[in-house]
Amino acid sequence: MLEDRLGAPLRSGDADEFLRVESVVKIFDDTVAVKSVDLSVRRHELFALLGSSGCGKSTLLRMLAGFEEVTSGRIYLDNEDITDLPPYRRPVNMMFQSYALFPHMSVEANVAFGLRQEGVPRNEIHDRVFETLDLVQMAAFSRRKPHQLSGGQQQRVALARSLVKRPKLLLLDEPMSALDRQIRQKTQIELARILEQVGVTCIMVTHDQEEAMTMAGRLAVMSEGQIVQCGTPHEVYAFPNSRFVAGFIGSTNLFSGTIIVDQPDHVLIESAELARPLYVSHGVSEPLGMDVHVSIRPEHVTVLRSAPDSDYNWAHGMVAHVASVGSHARYQIRLDSGHVVEAHVPSPVLARSDAPGVDDEVFVNWSNDSATVLPS
Amino acid sequence: MSRLSWRRLVPSARTLAIAPPFIWLCLFLLVPFLLVLKISFADLEFGIPPYSPLAGLKDQTLTLALHLRGYALLFSDSLYIATYLNSVKMAAITTLCCALIGYPMAYYIARAHPSVRNLLLLAVILPFWTSLLLRVYAWVGILRNDGLLNGVLLWFGVIDAPLEIYRTDLAVYIGLVYAYLPFFILPLYANLVKLDLRLVEAAYDLGARPWRVFWHIILPLSAPGVIAGAMLVFIPSVGEYVIPEMLGGANTLMMGRVMWTEFFNNADWPMAAAVTCVMVLLLLVPLVIFQYNQVRQMDGRKRRLDGPA
Repeated sequence: MLEDRLGAPLRSGDADEFLRVESVVKIFDDTVAVKSVDLSVRRHELFALLGSSGCGKSTLLRMLAGFEEVTSGRIYLDNEDITDLPPYRRPVNMMFQSYALFPHMSVEANVAFGLRQEGVPRNEIHDRVFETLDLVQMAAFSRRKPHQLSGGQQQRVALARSLVKRPKLLLLDEPMSALDRQIRQKTQIELARILEQVGVTCIMVTHDQEEAMTMAGRLAVMSEGQIVQCGTPHEVYAFPNSRFVAGFIGSTNLFSGTIIVDQPDHVLIESAELARPLYVSHGVSEPLGMDVHVSIRPEHVTVLRSAPDSDYNWAHGMVAHVASVGSHARYQIRLDSGHVVEAHVPSPVLARSDAPGVDDEVFVNWSNDSATVLPS
Repeated sequence: MSRLSWRRLVPSARTLAIAPPFIWLCLFLLVPFLLVLKISFADLEFGIPPYSPLAGLKDQTLTLALHLRGYALLFSDSLYIATYLNSVKMAAITTLCCALIGYPMAYYIARAHPSVRNLLLLAVILPFWTSLLLRVYAWVGILRNDGLLNGVLLWFGVIDAPLEIYRTDLAVYIGLVYAYLPFFILPLYANLVKLDLRLVEAAYDLGARPWRVFWHIILPLSAPGVIAGAMLVFIPSVGEYVIPEMLGGANTLMMGRVMWTEFFNNADWPMAAAVTCVMVLLLLVPLVIFQYNQVRQMDGRKRRLDGPA
């Protein structure tokens, strides 16, 4: 369903570029909230800004909406410079984290508010309001006041209110944070479906990497006011460019080491934490003797009873802890060096009689192409 | 069963909490008002007290004499009706002026930086530290023909002859607005400071210009604060005595002055009491209607919430 959104990272000057953020900086008094962000978003794309609180993602979103003035830099939307436009002149609508529904107005009046400001004829307002309420399945609740709705219903009204003006750009501020965990996942898929149906270009802000990966076609990881990596969820997950991204998107095992053999088709990395060298078969451009970090995802680590028949990519240790989460079990394995490695063991393996338990001696092992070398 | 009935005699926490203000209101509002109501139905007499008793036992006959002279005079003499109308008019204009001046002030204070906010609030409350009487005297000094205002304006050459403000209705308006402005600002401030700014941002985001945001979002949401402030200004203004007495002219008709004249100059206690009772009724009726509507609205809201989806 999302395949058409996937693709190579966007370069500046792409014909399909819809939103361009050019070296935007935001300084509050003496703190730098956003330091020089460049961003490019395609038409009809669902783009996620991902980061922990205080990383500047919300400030960036508020600058796109026009609630904060940029300290420097420009913002272009559909080839129009919107940097200096006040929020009420921007073809941008936002769905607020708290929904910000007007408490003194009915659902219908809330959704109609934006159209009334444009001077749309009365019968057209009515048609468009109910068309949008139908889209989010809230037409039956049009006469209710916001406080008479559940959290999920309020969210759908807020979505309808921000879609009814057919904005060029839709902003979602932490769209799921006010919902219960149970309905969150269902709502994520539902929201992505509606956004795709409408075909609106959308930027969402979230601190939840699972949410970003479920919904977004592309995402940017932000830290300390900067974008540290940008790409499709798969790219960012499989090829993180730094220890920060590797740790932020999913969990990972990190080793530090030195490149001791540099061949065209592979490198060998020696790490104090591992008895055997790491063999990495792809994508390494770092020179011989350089100190690097290596990331290995827990699902790529296999747990064995006997030593593998290889010179590389394995270590000996003891099971320290096992936690089952249903589909797989998380093994914490303490290596001889003291380093703890996490491995995900799928449940079919667990069901076997020889599945290792706590305090068992085991060997961890991974394939030549599962490690990623991180330059920083 | 017996235990249950015994427990019924012990007042609940709710009763205990409500009792003190209830008793207070009974003792110091209801009882005095009933006394005034009683006097309003008495007849004028020379003596102490200067009015006739309501009920008397004479020749084994209990007589209950309700004298309606005060009320009859009240509704027949156009002076009293004009006074009532004028009091309400002056209080209404005062309330409107307080709203026009007080709303921007309250809004500005509520939006000010928290460190400045308390300073500004203090500035609003500060006049209360001086007696109202002294402050009204100060206005006499400012507004008199040879007072401060005229002195400054004459000195700058803005006017050739002194403005006649002192002892006119305008002076009364100035005094009333000045004295009651804080009563409008404070409840409105308490409301505006709680206003969710995200609603304002949402309105901007949906294309509303600043003026429309104010009209469609901020004003409706702050209506309870405006109403509370308006009540606090309007009700005491209607019965105000000190300000019209000290700043107003001979023909500034206000209820407070009429009451004072009847009571102290004419020593006509029944008449003064009748004037008071009608005024209380006049003020109480709109208040009760307003309160009733509030309660009904809240009830309706609760019912709809409890009802089936």
